[in-house]
Amino acid sequence: MAADTEARPIAQMRGITIEFPGVKALDGVDLTLRGGEVHTLMGENGAGKSTLIKALTGVYPIDAGTIVVEGTPRTFRGTSDAQAAGISTVYQEVNLCTNLSVGENVMLGHEVRGPFGIDWKSTHREAERHLEGLGVRIDTRSLLAAHSIAVQQLVAISRAMVTDSRVLVLDEPTSSLDRGEVDQLFGVIRGLRDRGVAILFVTHFLDQVYEISDRLTVLRNGALVGEYPVAELPRAELIAKMIGRELDEFAAISRSADREIDRGGDPVIRATGIGRRGVLEPADVEVYDGEVVGIAGLLGSGRTELVRLLYGADRADAGRVEVRGRPARITNPRHAIDRRIAFSSEDRRAEGIVGDLTVAENIVLGIQAKRGALRKLRKAEQDAIVEEYIQALGVRPANPNALIRNLSGGNQQKVLLARWLATAPQLIILDEPTRGIDVGAKADIQRKVAELSEQGLGVVFISSELEEVVRIAQRIVVMRDRRKIGELTSHDTDVDDLVAFIAEEHDTQESPESVA
Amino acid sequence: MKKILRHRMFWPVIALLALIVLNTIARPSFISITVQNGQLYGALIDILRNSAPLMLVSLGMMIVIATRGIDLSVGAIMAVSGAVALTIIADSPSPDDLGTVLVAILVGVLVSLLLGIWNGFLVAVVGVQPIIATLVLMLAGRGVALLITGGFITTINSAPYKFMAQGYVIGLPFAFFVSIAAIVIVALIERRTALGVLTEAVGINPEASRLAGVRARGIIWGAYAASGVLAGFAGILYTSNIMAADANAAGLYIELYAILAVVLGGTSLAGGKFTVAGTVVGVFTIETLRSTILFLGVPSAVAPLFLAIVVVIVVLVQSQRLRGAVAKLAQALRPKKPEVAR
Repeated sequence: MAADTEARPIAQMRGITIEFPGVKALDGVDLTLRGGEVHTLMGENGAGKSTLIKALTGVYPIDAGTIVVEGTPRTFRGTSDAQAAGISTVYQEVNLCTNLSVGENVMLGHEVRGPFGIDWKSTHREAERHLEGLGVRIDTRSLLAAHSIAVQQLVAISRAMVTDSRVLVLDEPTSSLDRGEVDQLFGVIRGLRDRGVAILFVTHFLDQVYEISDRLTVLRNGALVGEYPVAELPRAELIAKMIGRELDEFAAISRSADREIDRGGDPVIRATGIGRRGVLEPADVEVYDGEVVGIAGLLGSGRTELVRLLYGADRADAGRVEVRGRPARITNPRHAIDRRIAFSSEDRRAEGIVGDLTVAENIVLGIQAKRGALRKLRKAEQDAIVEEYIQALGVRPANPNALIRNLSGGNQQKVLLARWLATAPQLIILDEPTRGIDVGAKADIQRKVAELSEQGLGVVFISSELEEVVRIAQRIVVMRDRRKIGELTSHDTDVDDLVAFIAEEHDTQESPESVA
Repeated sequence: MKKILRHRMFWPVIALLALIVLNTIARPSFISITVQNGQLYGALIDILRNSAPLMLVSLGMMIVIATRGIDLSVGAIMAVSGAVALTIIADSPSPDDLGTVLVAILVGVLVSLLLGIWNGFLVAVVGVQPIIATLVLMLAGRGVALLITGGFITTINSAPYKFMAQGYVIGLPFAFFVSIAAIVIVALIERRTALGVLTEAVGINPEASRLAGVRARGIIWGAYAASGVLAGFAGILYTSNIMAADANAAGLYIELYAILAVVLGGTSLAGGKFTVAGTVVGVFTIETLRSTILFLGVPSAVAPLFLAIVVVIVVLVQSQRLRGAVAKLAQALRPKKPEVAR
């Protein structure tokens, strides 16, 4: 029952390709938005959702492809071009002037003019009319800052309606709203849909996708997976599509998951009830020598939060940690590093690389920080280490003096891995080490992780790609909604089991778990 | 040739040389250096001598800027250290005694160190924005200096103290050797240890550095402390030059000149990469400019305007974007020729 008959396309993107230095952020992606339909864009982090939105709203120029709005091909040179074409955006962080009144915000640039300049009375009346059209009744002369984020978002939407938009893009509008506010927002969205507006909705909340949208487009690694009517795509299938099945080339990597781990002695790390209010419910984790512990779960499930607490990047307010059986207080990264624990963040650009320094400087940064400023590595030692790791990990270009920001994502990731391996850790925590990097680099990194663990290194491995986790890890910690919901051994688990485990109805397990 | 052109020191050095050439064209005596009693004299020698306080302050400013910070309090710290040192000498029964002078300098610099530590505490520990944190001392520091001198301009007579700014060693001003010493010490500490690269890492990406285990707090704290010490020495040199502690005039606006010198030298205000050599060139450029004003007899009323115009020109010459635009324009104006080889 393809829904082709019911709605006519308002905006069509075809073969959209966007390249950043060294990375193809989007590769020939299509997206069709139809009037009177709520269309959801799905994909894990780095899938290209926000890049696609930014192409549609004129923030990024496209390198290839076409954008057709209401039958007219368009080239957007800036956001104002997109707005002129009738495409409005409401961002997660509301981009309005909080120091102006509600009415001024709604009507900004479209104030009603009288013989003596702006006729404020009529302007506010007009603003009121637009807000009421969305079922919002507030004093338009009150300051925007005085209202909740939810109301501010509604104001942003009515502002989009003032400009008579045909396409409304809502980028994670619900991430900071409570249930009642979400209901109100959805009411407004349905109203707009019924008026024939094409709505593009982005969210990480699966429940909301099934509640509001008519159709969805799934992206993965910058490529289109497909477009589906929501009614025809069950949850588990959607997750599988977002996470993806991998290429055969990875099958060549030894399946380290089946390796026997000696769990006799003390683990490298054992965390009991580690948690932080509002961030992560108390969870237990332990990692033994030579073991790879995978952490699986969707984005926002608490997997990153968990490892940040283990490393001391954020401070835990509950739980105990033991390193090799000895109690350890890890409240900042230095404490972790002193215990030979290493951590590579999921946000390579903001929390990993030091962009304006060279590859060599980035590699030795970890060792140098550990030694302290006064005990500088001698040039010869430094060169030897850098050379060794560039070779071992296959960093390209193999030029130690290149600035790291000019390297591709995969090579930056290899440099970061080198930085940590050079400090000779006993446990390394890798948060999404393979995200957004090309297939070759991905295989290199997986191979290296398997090899290192065989040599006795403890590894915590987070990835959105479940196949990767199932292949590499011997044990998998499963997270959902900022809780650990269980642990699986990969020996008798495949991706389908894991997907099923993650996708189980959210509400059912809520209460018993909180006792633990 | 291309390598020289691309070198990041190329344009700062060109700007400095151009200034010297222009001065010489205006009045050839600018580059003449004469010898009297075995001591060198001339406009260029004056520049070496007079630039010493700005040199010290700029080196400290450079380190602070590299951490993504800024230190507005350096002028006020100069005033305090000068006031402390001169008050000690003025109150001492033997102002000409070398021991007295050394104690006075030591105490003045120690007080400056404390002020620098205070700045660093506000920025690195409390987390106040650098511009606000150092603004506190910038405003309060001169009040402290006035308090120390009892509201007067303390003047002294002390031969050893006077020697600091006005004495000569092997034909060159002693102050110049102080500059050299500061440059060498800063360069050695930053580049012979890993402090420089760790400072740059913190300035470029504080969060990545923290996660990599860099002790960012200590590095930032240390930068402000170093800036305080260097400003303290600058305050000693300044008072030694006029033999008076003037809490209101000492180091006035020097923070702005220092920022300018650092930026002219190619260090970005956004933090990160810094070059000692660049800052040195930047300081000499500014000092040359200031003496140009004196040398050309620019009326004092228009001197600031003159300075502003020249600074704008210097900055434009160094601007990559402008140079690119000029090159493009030149190419567009040139009659079109088929492109053959290179």
